[in-house]
Amino acid sequence: MKTCLVVDDSAVIRKVARRIVEMLGLQVAEAEDGAEGLEQCRAAMPDVILLDWNMPNVDGYMFLQSLRRMPDGDRPKVLFCTTENDVGAIARALRAGADEYIMKPFDRDILAAKLEQVGLVQAHAA
Amino acid sequence: MTDLDFEFLRGFLKTRSGLAMTAEKRYLVESRLTPICRQRGLASLHDLVAQLRLGHDTALERAVVEAMTTNETFFFRDRVPFDLFRDVLLPQAIARNAARRRLRIWCAASSTGQEPYSIAMLLQEAGPRLAGWQVELVATDLSLEVIERAKSGVYSHFEVQRGLPVQWLIKYFTQAGEQWQITPALRSMVDYRQINLLNGFEALGSFDVVFCRNVLIYFDAPTKADVLNRIAACLAPGGALVLGAAETVIGLTNRLAPVPEHRGLYGHAAPAPAAAVPAPAAAPLRALAGR
Repeated sequence: MKTCLVVDDSAVIRKVARRIVEMLGLQVAEAEDGAEGLEQCRAAMPDVILLDWNMPNVDGYMFLQSLRRMPDGDRPKVLFCTTENDVGAIARALRAGADEYIMKPFDRDILAAKLEQVGLVQAHAA
Repeated sequence: MTDLDFEFLRGFLKTRSGLAMTAEKRYLVESRLTPICRQRGLASLHDLVAQLRLGHDTALERAVVEAMTTNETFFFRDRVPFDLFRDVLLPQAIARNAARRRLRIWCAASSTGQEPYSIAMLLQEAGPRLAGWQVELVATDLSLEVIERAKSGVYSHFEVQRGLPVQWLIKYFTQAGEQWQITPALRSMVDYRQINLLNGFEALGSFDVVFCRNVLIYFDAPTKADVLNRIAACLAPGGALVLGAAETVIGLTNRLAPVPEHRGLYGHAAPAPAAAVPAPAAAPLRALAGR
């Protein structure tokens, strides 16, 4: 089963994302901030990461830069999932190595479509 | 809504738009027309039907047809037809039309514009292969309201996130507050026109590729056959028709045939050996595909 790590300091967002991603057939783990997320990646690299931008300690941008330098860290698909919705933020995330970008608020259809775009779920599941 | 009111609406919608409303769709009629009652200050659907029966209120007639025929869509919906267009149809058309360097594409039920703009993005991505070509992308819909919305090219952040790669969002859209707008260059590639598929569309000319997805499902069989025959007539030799996944030409027309290995794709049917009809000007699509 494919695995998804949700890195977000909002318990509500983690809960919503978990429910949707599990419905799409992925196994979900959660991290409350970037530091905890990196620890989890060192222990077991997930297939996809839903990554918040603004978090205490290690933010999304720093997380992504650290992740991509880790052994096997280029393998997970990273979907930035954030309220930072301007073109500049999106471009910065892509330059940092993000594969996709989800603007909050999101719903099941958007999350499913984005996971399909990065090849994590099949079209019929989306 | 009484049974008589529903029967009237069924007949009205069939005549005006070809929409075949079965009894199971009664809930859809109620959910889509109730907002019009509120907008127009009509107390009930019965009053709305009474107004329609008078036959004097063309604005109301149009609003009812548009409410019942406008359907949800999104960028690169179902993805496969667009992959087919990029990987099969476009290269074939470029090879076939190399001498005259002209390409014509028709989106026959373009709704709020996501389909034609998706095609426009693929054409842009084709880059140098179409340099110096005359490319026409015609998009038609029954509804003036959705055509106006499509022309504006403005979409919510929910709409631009379904099916559209983020790299293309920042390449082909500009941000306008909470909304995103298609760039003027991409908007200018699409020629929007109001067309009712029940009426003649021969004046649009001949097309290399016709997208007519998820509209025939609302028609009854004779209407589907009529529309398909007329689409076949405006399909260029070697051209292709793209239908929705739940749609087919089989059993409806002998002028079009499925393209093997490509579900949802149709080309001119090869003439039967003994058929007393003129030979087509070019080979059917599947022969051109080398299959």
